[in-house]
Amino acid sequence: MQPTLDVVNLCVKRQHNEILKSISFTAAPGELIGLLGPSGSGKSTLMRSLLGVQAITSGSVQVLQSPPGSPSLRGLIGYMAQNSAIYLDLTVEENLRYFAGVLQHPYSEVTRVKEVVALTSFSNRLVSSLSSGERTRVSLGITLLGSPPVLILDEPTVGLDPILRRDLWRTFEDLAGTGTTVMVSSHVLDEAARCARLLLLRNGSILFDNSPAQLLAVAGATSYDSAFERVIEEAE
Amino acid sequence: MNLRRTLLTTRRILQQLRHDPRTIGLLLLVPSALVGLLAWSLTNNPGAFDSIGPKLLGVFPLIVMFLVTSVITLRERSVGTLERLFTLPLTKAEFVAGYAFAFGGVAVIQSFLVSILSYTWYGLAHQGVPWRVSVVALCAGLLGTAFGLALSALAHSEFQAVQFMPAFILPQLLLCGLVIPVGQLPTVLRIVADVMPMTAAMHAIAPLQSNWYYVGQFAIMIAYVLVALVVGATTLRRTTK
Repeated sequence: MQPTLDVVNLCVKRQHNEILKSISFTAAPGELIGLLGPSGSGKSTLMRSLLGVQAITSGSVQVLQSPPGSPSLRGLIGYMAQNSAIYLDLTVEENLRYFAGVLQHPYSEVTRVKEVVALTSFSNRLVSSLSSGERTRVSLGITLLGSPPVLILDEPTVGLDPILRRDLWRTFEDLAGTGTTVMVSSHVLDEAARCARLLLLRNGSILFDNSPAQLLAVAGATSYDSAFERVIEEAE
Repeated sequence: MNLRRTLLTTRRILQQLRHDPRTIGLLLLVPSALVGLLAWSLTNNPGAFDSIGPKLLGVFPLIVMFLVTSVITLRERSVGTLERLFTLPLTKAEFVAGYAFAFGGVAVIQSFLVSILSYTWYGLAHQGVPWRVSVVALCAGLLGTAFGLALSALAHSEFQAVQFMPAFILPQLLLCGLVIPVGQLPTVLRIVADVMPMTAAMHAIAPLQSNWYYVGQFAIMIAYVLVALVVGATTLRRTTK
């Protein structure tokens, strides 16, 4: 099977700072990948490189066998940035309708997505009147429009209550179950342990790329927090 | 360029404005109120408003539309919606055209309102035909929109965008013939003034010229609008370095 994501020796420099240092990995359809790392480790830059909105310095990136940013990929990658990237002066409904229209999806997609992110009762509320957790859900809803084959989600569960968080992780698992490649960044280790595969990023390099169980075994630890600390200490 | 996606973008921008009645009020009323203030201030100078009024009809919409357009497009960038749109099948040309249509529509209403008020309530008696003055006001609004779009691509913050106003508009205001007739400027400045969009607006308002002269001035303004829109579309960056 052709990999959905194929990254080889990816380097990104920004104003002489090396943000990503020779990153390589591949991802297959249906994989749910947790991207972990402290802030400043390069998680967002890696995700933006996959989308083609970050210029890469060297190395190669292929998404669905095309270079990132190519017109054929537009609409095939659902991207949720850390900032909510929605129109604050529009209602939930107007936001979803606009993006669904640009993607040429029928109105039924708007209705479906509102249910997935539990926003049906908020349809006519202005986004500026919503809490940050609710805004995150609007942003996620837009990302899920049309069920794209690749989802790149940058900290999608920040500021959400535990019940909704659990529901969203179930949604991610379901999507992966139907063949979607889902990459989710997080700094909550216990939550990310729901992923079948973890990528640990630190200072622009991948320190670990395997299953959560393997992380515990390698580090000889009982909690994910201490396992992560152990892996970082060994790398130094 | 897909017209459907362009018009969806136009509708979305107009929806944003609809949720912000204060901005609509400011956009439509400020140019009218300013021209009214001018008319009032010249009450004791008979004939003065008839010569200065039409010129300012070509200046105020340009300034107002320039500011509004540059700030609102920059906001798309800072909240991240522009980056999101660039991962979707929306082209830069569709994005810019969507804005041009939305604010072009606002400029039509704005110029209509300010012209109607000038010729009725404010008592403007201009030696030219009223429709020509209205078209100049419209072109001025479109110029403001187009240049606002073009320059917002260069600004990195709303703070910088606001400072483009004095840097870009005030020199034109000084040289376009409002302060001193273009013919009396030093040679170099006269050449500069002759190619500026605001000077074309002043020329288009001047009375007693041939029809071809007016067509030429309108053509200059429309050409500036189109060039600025193309510049706006090409300078938008899909990627960050």
